[in-house]
Amino acid sequence: MERRTVNTDVLIVGGGTAGCYAAITLSNNSDLKILIAEKANIKRSGCLAAGINAINAYIVKGRTPQDYVDYAEKDANGIVRHDLLLSAAENFNEVTHHVEKLGLVILKDENGDYVARGNRNIKINGENFKPILAKAVKNSKNVEVLNNVNITDLLVENNQVYGAVGFSIKENTAYTITAKKIIIATGGAAGIYKPNNPGFSRHKMWYSPFNTGAGYAMGIKAGAEMTSFEMRFVALRCKDTIAPTGTIAQGAGAKQINSKGFVYEDKYGITTSERVYGTVRENQLGNGPCYLKTSAIGEGNSQEFIAQKDEALLKAYLNMAPSQTLKWIESGKNPSAQDVEIEGTEPYVVGGHTASGYWVNTRRETTIKGLYAAGDVAGGCPQKYVTGALAEGKIAALDIVEKWTVQDDYGLTADLQDKSEKIVKNYEIALAGKPVNQQFDVEQLEEAMQKVMDSYAGGITVNYQFNEKQLALADEKLLQLQQLAINLRAKDLHELMFIYELKERLLVARALIAHLLSRKETRWHTFNENLDYPETDEKYFKYVNSIYEHGNFHIVLRDIVKEAAYEHQN
Amino acid sequence: MSIRINQEKCIGCGRCEGVCPGTLICLEKKSDGTKKAKMLYLRDCWGCVSCVKECPRQAIEFFLGADIGGRGSTMTVTNEKDILHWNINKFDGTKTVIDVNRKNANKY
Ligand SMILES: Cc1cc2nc3c(=O)[nH]c(=O)nc-3n(C[C@H](O)[C@H](O)[C@H](O)COP(=O)(O)OP(=O)(O)OC[C@H]3O[C@@H](n4cnc5c(N)ncnc54)[C@H](O)[C@@H]3O)c2cc1C
Ligand code: SF4
Ligand code: SF4
Repeated sequence: MERRTVNTDVLIVGGGTAGCYAAITLSNNSDLKILIAEKANIKRSGCLAAGINAINAYIVKGRTPQDYVDYAEKDANGIVRHDLLLSAAENFNEVTHHVEKLGLVILKDENGDYVARGNRNIKINGENFKPILAKAVKNSKNVEVLNNVNITDLLVENNQVYGAVGFSIKENTAYTITAKKIIIATGGAAGIYKPNNPGFSRHKMWYSPFNTGAGYAMGIKAGAEMTSFEMRFVALRCKDTIAPTGTIAQGAGAKQINSKGFVYEDKYGITTSERVYGTVRENQLGNGPCYLKTSAIGEGNSQEFIAQKDEALLKAYLNMAPSQTLKWIESGKNPSAQDVEIEGTEPYVVGGHTASGYWVNTRRETTIKGLYAAGDVAGGCPQKYVTGALAEGKIAALDIVEKWTVQDDYGLTADLQDKSEKIVKNYEIALAGKPVNQQFDVEQLEEAMQKVMDSYAGGITVNYQFNEKQLALADEKLLQLQQLAINLRAKDLHELMFIYELKERLLVARALIAHLLSRKETRWHTFNENLDYPETDEKYFKYVNSIYEHGNFHIVLRDIVKEAAYEHQN
Repeated sequence: MSIRINQEKCIGCGRCEGVCPGTLICLEKKSDGTKKAKMLYLRDCWGCVSCVKECPRQAIEFFLGADIGGRGSTMTVTNEKDILHWNINKFDGTKTVIDVNRKNANKY
């Protein structure tokens, strides 16, 4: 492998929503040298690839950022960081206006005001959200983009970050990147559990199958503190296509009904986790399948009204989840003529929806000095969604600019150079020669991991429930899979990436198990449904945090932060 | 859920390669010297349709796998400035075109 060393002031790992916006902010506010390392191509990489349907987090007229904090706190049953939610919410509108200036189309009424969807959403055309951000990055001074470079490790010494190591999946090149500050923005983790469609359409999942938890894994390995992995995210989605349901539920007002036509959502509550839980329970009680009642559009309305509404829904889905539109057309029935079947997805670890991720201070610096986290990879701030990812990218970038001091030249200590070389050697070993265990390949081990998580750690098959014995079994099996993964060999660079993705997922899965084991209560149905402790226990009105040391997860229960600012203590 | 690349229509421009969030498409040199796009990992497609929208020749057809109810219909996209024409060729031979203007926001 060819070795390349690149020096930069600020490295951004992952050129998705938060990463691109951090780069734009840094460029607008400083003369620093900025480098984005992205495993795909920033034009459409990450969660925004297909487009999104709305801005889910916006402070609409008559509401305040504090209202948003209160809402998210209630939805997460208290396990949130007030400082993080408030600082994100205070930025929601500003980042939205900025992205509108960059080209995002937002629906306005006759007075020029944004049209609200419910209490916190505004309506957009999100089809080209990502190309708009990517274009702005391209037009920013001092920003260089390394596309198709997959980062696998951080270079950390004495709890200070100095760089990162990765490889190109197009050219036979390994990269050692030195940087004075790093923002990690690699998104959350999908593909840990057996997905809804495990066969041919295994990647037809809600979260991006290409966000494999790399950022979490790098941080875990480097000893960063992580929070709330046990607050898993299970999404309620359209069956088969796993398309978002907000557009038909909030947007078109379709209610959740069971197969007997009974509106069950009031029975179980309306928090994010309760909506999924209700659907799971109704199925268990023999009342499935469950639907969103889009046929209500057709009831008692004029033909013209129905046709307009159908068309608007078909178009709205083309702007974010085209497979759902294809499904409607292929079935020959419009939304008004058939209800949309819904199901819960496999669990994800994703800090944009729940609170899982890096434990950060208010300015989004992690417990490793010089390392920031923004977007789905950062914890403590659930329901931040797309505007939260932008806001966190901005907050981290501005903190870096504010605190910037002229520093020594780039350079790695001999120890870190050794470490980097060792990492690259491992790439070479994986690329050279025949598999050690001929009978196993990445795909097989990935399926094994997903099955273990599904059956023993509360996947779809077991209605998201688990007990401690099952979790312990899961961990034992994951350890075995980690051992087997050491011997995997790749025939090309793409396969090398698959091997690293699997290893990342295995480590994230083990962290998740450690967290699930440590919250000995059921605080959220479905997200953390512990059959040994089916009730909420006030003892656990705390954050469950973890630090990986010598191959074990050291758990810390931390008090809930209610203050407007939080700083790491030494 | 995946895509099929029509080798006759493909002109080898490489635009699809640069938009796939999973880097699943690459350009391949054919024996006659031409370049054609190739789908490397059929089962790894997320179904984001980025490549379909990017292709200037409607060479990439999107379809639903049978495991999620697909019956053989395909979808391509023709770009005309801000208008995206979504062409759906149904398995029964009928065609539907839905035009979406990028300048219009969703109503829901
Ligand atoms: C299908 C879907 C629909 C959504 N709809 C909405 C919506 O309607 N409204 C809303 O407000 N929010 C929505 N969200 C949420 C919102 O889009 C996300 O929370 C937000 O985009 C996350 O931004 P991010 O920067 O953390 O992650 P991403 O934008 O996913 O960026 C992560 C980036 O890191 C790269 N990467 C990963 N690993 C590596 C590595 N090892 N090395 C280098 N690069 C790497 C990835 O390729 C990617 O580009 C939706 C999310 C999804 C998945
Ligand atoms: S639809 Fe999306 S994920 Fe699938 S090949 Fe095209 S760009 Fe890649
Ligand atoms: S964009 Fe279309 S024409 Fe261009 S290489 Fe891809 S498939 Fe071929």
